[in-house]
Amino acid sequence: MMTTIVERATNPGEVAVERAPRFPRRKKGISGRSIAIIVFLSICALFFCVPLYVIATTSFKTMEQIRQGEIFSLPSPFTLDAWWSAWNNACSGINCDGLKVGFWNSVYILFPSLVLSLALSSVTGYALALWNVKWAGTFLFVLFICAFVPFQIIMIPLIILSSGLKVYGSVWGIAIVHAVLSMPILTLIFRNYYKGIPQEIMSAAMMDSGSFWKIFFEIILPMSANILIVVLILQITSVWNDFLIGLTFGGLGTQPMSVVLANVVITTTGEVRYNENMAAALLTAIPPLFIYFVLGRFFVQGITAGAIKG
Amino acid sequence: MPRVQFEDIIKTYGRLPVLKNLDLTIEDGEFVVLLGPSGCGKTTLLNLLAGLLDITAGRITIGDRDVTDLDPKDRGLAMVFQSYALYPTKTVAGNLKFGLSAQKLAKDEIDKRVTWAARLLQIEPLLDRKPAQLSGGQRQRVAIGRALVKNVDVFLFDEPLSNLDAKLRTEMRLEIKKLHDELKSTIVYVTHDQIEAMTMATRIAVMNGGVIQQFDTPDEIYTRPQNLFVAGFIGSPAMNLRAGRISAGANGISAELEGVKLALDHYPFRTPPKDGQAVVIGMRPEHFSAPGEAVADAAATFHLPLQTSERTGAEATGYLKFGDGLISVRMDPERITKFRQGDQLAVAFPQIKLHVFDEASGTRL
Repeated sequence: MMTTIVERATNPGEVAVERAPRFPRRKKGISGRSIAIIVFLSICALFFCVPLYVIATTSFKTMEQIRQGEIFSLPSPFTLDAWWSAWNNACSGINCDGLKVGFWNSVYILFPSLVLSLALSSVTGYALALWNVKWAGTFLFVLFICAFVPFQIIMIPLIILSSGLKVYGSVWGIAIVHAVLSMPILTLIFRNYYKGIPQEIMSAAMMDSGSFWKIFFEIILPMSANILIVVLILQITSVWNDFLIGLTFGGLGTQPMSVVLANVVITTTGEVRYNENMAAALLTAIPPLFIYFVLGRFFVQGITAGAIKG
Repeated sequence: MPRVQFEDIIKTYGRLPVLKNLDLTIEDGEFVVLLGPSGCGKTTLLNLLAGLLDITAGRITIGDRDVTDLDPKDRGLAMVFQSYALYPTKTVAGNLKFGLSAQKLAKDEIDKRVTWAARLLQIEPLLDRKPAQLSGGQRQRVAIGRALVKNVDVFLFDEPLSNLDAKLRTEMRLEIKKLHDELKSTIVYVTHDQIEAMTMATRIAVMNGGVIQQFDTPDEIYTRPQNLFVAGFIGSPAMNLRAGRISAGANGISAELEGVKLALDHYPFRTPPKDGQAVVIGMRPEHFSAPGEAVADAAATFHLPLQTSERTGAEATGYLKFGDGLISVRMDPERITKFRQGDQLAVAFPQIKLHVFDEASGTRL
């Protein structure tokens, strides 16, 4: 008897039971309701997958095959030429240096934007949540209202402001605008997360140190890994996918990838090179997707941690 | 050396008064427990002393320093919190060191203090662990250690034992008391647990409704509660309190209690009662005689039916039907098993153990 138990217990996923259960539970079958849900969800998935399929297959096709007009057919011959030329020598206006210029511009824009916006909003959120700030409620309310002001409305004043600050047309100009525009919503996220930190920890830190920056860097910041990752993903995605700020605040040499992509697609000298356009679109979409795959697990953790505590 | 003094403290939350013109002086080296039910203002008082809350009016002095307007870190205090409030991302050693961050000490002095506190509290093997890897009792020690390293004269404890299980609580109780004996520092300790208060305190401040009801040694508070609140709050099971009426005449003083006459000739009245005065008589369950036995100088002997009983191993409490309610009587657990429900018991109560309060004002007579 004992040996059988040991043997069975070594099978992974199987629980060792000495004998058959006296009251086995009935296995639940699939109900009509869940079939309906599965069908509905499948249709929803197709809605997104079909265009993606067309984009992906087209990018691997030759122009000859595309001209045949069978958009659902698989690429034959399979070629990476369109990807190569999209990256290296697609034309944006008169410059035919490909998307790689835009890619590196986007990277150069991304890092200062991330550093500025995270620093600004995490410190503001920390101060509003954990310190006695006069008019904190009013400030938060104003911030919340600002989150609803469309960028287009304040675009021209911002351009005048940034040219006054001598940052218009540079990477820093775009970074500052990103930091300022994302501040309301990111500050709210940080504030709500920090509100969930137990009051007694803050009281203890007040008695131990009492220093705003020392408490922030030594106690609070190490506790905010989860929420930092959430904000990081949100911000990477929004900075990378941004078009309008990059278009209006970037000079000719600092146009981000999204702007270059748009130029590549709308440039119409000669034939429309669909395969190149599709490859360019996919190239631009890869970085945020990559971030989601790498950090996605932490993203869910961070959101739930905030939800429970906040 | 410091003595902590609260002078005419008023604290209101919005319109809600929490502390009303409170005065309290804690002498150097005392272990004072602020005891009271939840919402009585005891934690508020502690937070005011710590500087974590602002007082509405009044003055707090530690030694000859007026600390009313000082920041928490500048008051020269150390505090142990109910939830321990350890910094979760720091190791035990990091937690202890952060406690010193306001003091600007040399590195070897910091190390010396951390080693000293760790040895004193027997947490040396834990110094490299994170708080999440510690048990409740260990966390408690680290929290106390973080207070100890500061080398201050006044320690504040905010219900530090209420998150521990009963056995650990007893252990830590003894340990905190031992620390106080060794370090001779002033301790202000907030709790709602009267056992903690009675066992550790040199003096207890019993609080209710933002007012200190009595500030005295544990024995004094137990034997001579100054008013009805203290009488009812201290003691477990609680004191039996019954309304009665005084009759004072040529043949001595007595009180009439639900038809029973209590002799009060030898009760040490502080203010002589008037004839017909409405009073409340308090009788602690543990001061009743064993059933059937007489006591010297009894106030009365009650003949009452047993309603129910509770046993907790070491002791037992019988509940006897008296008037509309029950009175509790401490009994020998072996004897109580002999009685059935409804049995008539004769229990006597000695006069000197009585507590007589004026019904209107609630003060002790």
